[in-house]
Amino acid sequence: MNWRSIWAIAKKDLKEVRQNKMAWGPAIIVPLIFAIIMPLLFIILPQVIPVEDVQSELGDMDTLLRAMPPALQALFEGKSLEQMFVLYMAGFMLAPLFLIMPLMFSTVIGSDSFVGERERKTMEALLYAPTSDMELFLGKVMAAVIPAIGLSWITYVVYIIVVNAASYPLFGRIWFPLPTWWPLMLWLTPALAVLGISATVLISSRVRTFMEAYQMSASLVVLVLVLVAGQVSGVLFLGVGTTLVIGTIIWLLDAALIYISVKNFKRSALVAKL
Amino acid sequence: MENIVEVNGLERVFGQNRAVDGMTFHVKQGEVFGLLGPNGAGKTTTVRLLNGILPPSGGTARVFGLDPVVDGQRIREQTGVLTESPALYERLSARENLEFFGTLAGIPAGKLAQRVLDILKFFGLQERVDDKVETYSKGMKQRLALARALVHEPPLLFMDEPTSGLDPEAAQQVNELIAGLSQRSGQTILLATHNLLEAQRLCDRVAVMNKGRILAMGSLKELTRKLWPVAWVDITFWEAPAATVTGSLKAQRGVIQITGQGETLQVQVESEEVIPQIVQHLAGQGAAILKVNPRDYTLEDIYFALQAGEK
Repeated sequence: MNWRSIWAIAKKDLKEVRQNKMAWGPAIIVPLIFAIIMPLLFIILPQVIPVEDVQSELGDMDTLLRAMPPALQALFEGKSLEQMFVLYMAGFMLAPLFLIMPLMFSTVIGSDSFVGERERKTMEALLYAPTSDMELFLGKVMAAVIPAIGLSWITYVVYIIVVNAASYPLFGRIWFPLPTWWPLMLWLTPALAVLGISATVLISSRVRTFMEAYQMSASLVVLVLVLVAGQVSGVLFLGVGTTLVIGTIIWLLDAALIYISVKNFKRSALVAKL
Repeated sequence: MENIVEVNGLERVFGQNRAVDGMTFHVKQGEVFGLLGPNGAGKTTTVRLLNGILPPSGGTARVFGLDPVVDGQRIREQTGVLTESPALYERLSARENLEFFGTLAGIPAGKLAQRVLDILKFFGLQERVDDKVETYSKGMKQRLALARALVHEPPLLFMDEPTSGLDPEAAQQVNELIAGLSQRSGQTILLATHNLLEAQRLCDRVAVMNKGRILAMGSLKELTRKLWPVAWVDITFWEAPAATVTGSLKAQRGVIQITGQGETLQVQVESEEVIPQIVQHLAGQGAAILKVNPRDYTLEDIYFALQAGEK
């Protein structure tokens, strides 16, 4: 395996995708909303609106908390109503939304890398390069997965800073991230980034344009929306154990999809689609 | 001379379409070999088969003695391919394009930057190395694509319609570069083209193709002889020769027939070797010869004669 070639392919793809505004537009706006605008909204509002109004707006906080696993309920003990609201929103409700990012980044970059190359008629020259099919595949997968995980982690870091800074007057200490966020960031996020790219590779062999590939693979976001719905309804709470289990299932799915992708990623198949 | 490419009964079938249908040919070291044929003749498929990016349906091919099916990657280390469209990364600069392909081709990191600059200079692109390729003219893109195919100094260069879509000036520039490569560096080239003038100008030998098959193969001279075993020579006199002179010419060995009258005669002979003898004979008879013009056939004549034979 020639890692120099693999890195060269990954670096080239990233340079190219950097120039694709259609790819980068949503990739900048979404993290901005998730990491800065939404937490500020949920943390600052209860601090400026009188407690009584918050109480009337929230309804019965106890009902929401009762839907949580007992271990997580303990986090809310002895907190003021404002603190409970911020803890609930910033610490739990927004969590599944962050999972959109690794999926989105890897599908955007993957679509540009796998389908865009064909759309821009540059694929043929690449196929004539003295690399193996596996090196070509790995280079392109890395081009999508590494920045997808990296950008997601950067967004988490920004979120951690924003949440702690904005809620400091309320808590008087740094309280975030909660233990539930670690498996989310370190186990589930990479799994979803790989899921995004492996699905994109499979989809890319059936579509002709970057936009088609992006739209089709972006439908994976439905998976994340299921987690959001589960969290809001209290049916599926993303505690440490649940996140680890969901992550493991997605990793297994990744392994299966990567296996199929590798088997299908052949020069002879790619050249036939030129 | 050593055969760099050897192809025997090569076939590639796509569904009902026999894109390459039993091709047999070889390319010698230092030779410019042309695959000449219309669109859909199977030229591009042949290039793909020889580089191991497409498996054949039948037959065998050897490039540098290696089987493209098994050793495609090792073959591609030693070949450069100029594809029909330039296939360049337009959002990247010329330098970034060549450094990328140079890295894939295994040029050591320490030598890559200099090699890229050298080849860009050779192709007259040194002023625009860091400009994005999308700002280049078509001719510049084609020169850059040629530089990409040669960046790792491959002993064998494949060119698929190298001047397709270029204006006459840019096409001439590219053709001059190709001719220079062949004449100065002895580069072995397999040129796939439908351009007759290009093939005539650049190729030592050509294989005329149609529907995946080779109709005829050889140098221009060999092909001419195959198609027109007899030759014609036009002889122009200062003044019309006497009937006795014409009569004696008819009796000469190797002369088949004489047409025309007055100052110009068209003489059909068994072969071009006969021409000096008949000129000598006419001079001996006191005929005042002004011009002797053996009739030349162009690749165009050959091509259309062969394609007409196919129909």
